[in-house]
Amino acid sequence: MLAKRIIPCLDIKNGETVKGTNFVNLRSAGDPVELGRAYSEQGADELVYLDITASHEGRKTFTDLVQRVAANINIPFTVGGGINELCDVDRMLNAGADKISINSAAIRRPELIDEIANSFGSQVCVVAIDAKLTEKGWKCYLNGGRLETERGLFEWAKEACDRGAGEILFTSMNHDGVKAGFADEALAQLSDELSIPVIASGGAGKKEHFRDTFINGKSDAALAASVFHFGEISIPELKQYLHSEGINVRI
Amino acid sequence: MKVAIVDYNAGNIYSVVHALKRLGIDPVLTNSAEELSKADRVIFPGQGHARTTMTSLKEHRLDEIIRGLKQPVLGICVGQQLMCRHSEEGDVDCVGIFDVDVKRFCPTRHEEKVPCMGWNDIKNTKTALFSGFEKPEFVYFVHSYYVPTCQWTIAESDYILPYSAALHKDNFYATQFHPEKSGSVGERILKNFLNNNDIEKGL
Repeated sequence: MLAKRIIPCLDIKNGETVKGTNFVNLRSAGDPVELGRAYSEQGADELVYLDITASHEGRKTFTDLVQRVAANINIPFTVGGGINELCDVDRMLNAGADKISINSAAIRRPELIDEIANSFGSQVCVVAIDAKLTEKGWKCYLNGGRLETERGLFEWAKEACDRGAGEILFTSMNHDGVKAGFADEALAQLSDELSIPVIASGGAGKKEHFRDTFINGKSDAALAASVFHFGEISIPELKQYLHSEGINVRI
Repeated sequence: MKVAIVDYNAGNIYSVVHALKRLGIDPVLTNSAEELSKADRVIFPGQGHARTTMTSLKEHRLDEIIRGLKQPVLGICVGQQLMCRHSEEGDVDCVGIFDVDVKRFCPTRHEEKVPCMGWNDIKNTKTALFSGFEKPEFVYFVHSYYVPTCQWTIAESDYILPYSAALHKDNFYATQFHPEKSGSVGERILKNFLNNNDIEKGL
């Protein structure tokens, strides 16, 4: 049986780690390579580095960072942010990333998923979805949660899967930064409907939330940022706790 | 120590290069028979489709060259699969060091997703490659095809069914998982391959 995965996410701006609450109000949280190595040594199963820099210069800085991460860290890592075309994917994989994640670019041009899967294999292609529960149901958002679309979460996730996505990383904007648990009901529905792994994101506040998303949310992995960056939850303690709750984790 | 990595246009091999550099080794990337034969250790990585990667190998006659190597060789992931007799992926004949065929995972339940991607434990480990292993340990896998358990199996994992996580015959070792991405456990396996004297003796 595959172990349930714990994934710290590092938001990167101009080469530094930051974390937003509800996608705004950024606080700084340390050097990305050092932080990544510390997480790896504590037992993180994977890392996600998300480039939230908009500028062209920032992109170059991020590519350099990806190379440093690849040289220094011995667990798999995913990079996202600013990946719009196949050549961006190629650049990131060449810099040493194991997987890439695409979000707005995939909604704007879904064929990008097919292209990535055909060129590099489904296993490198994580499709990230930011969605919010509205009066019209779960709706997907673009541009870091700033722009609502007509796309429903479940139909888009299914299409992404059919086009060759290797994993779905679902962030609930209702839950993100609130620290009251993951969107387990929607996550369980995704898991039931999709034939690929689902990563839960948004809402981690305490250890029980991880247990709940692995059991009730049927999530394959859980991603969090601030609870790890600011030491509110330590990964070794979290894993011991999950193990004691009968969840298969790598210790 | 001179370590050569077989370079045949088969996916990202830089993670293997980085892993060796972290252990103080500066490997040579090559497809030359001469360079490969001079190395103390040869690593045969691989990512991608079996038929495509096998075609790349044959273009440089690397299939024959690898079969003829006398020093310790470590195949990784698709590298391991190509060291077998045949692969269902693209229905292709492979290098044939291990007399066993590579099969595709057939899920029997919704939870059994393919590719098998993530951390799984390995047990019943044998040979110097796993020297110091006393209990099941987690390593990182990404694959849709597998080698059934057979006489060459030196580590087992279980996903949908029990299968070979690693193989050994004479001077040839191979892992289905990625030691270069398997944290400190993976590092121990690479160190064993590079430094354990019994590896030289094919034990």
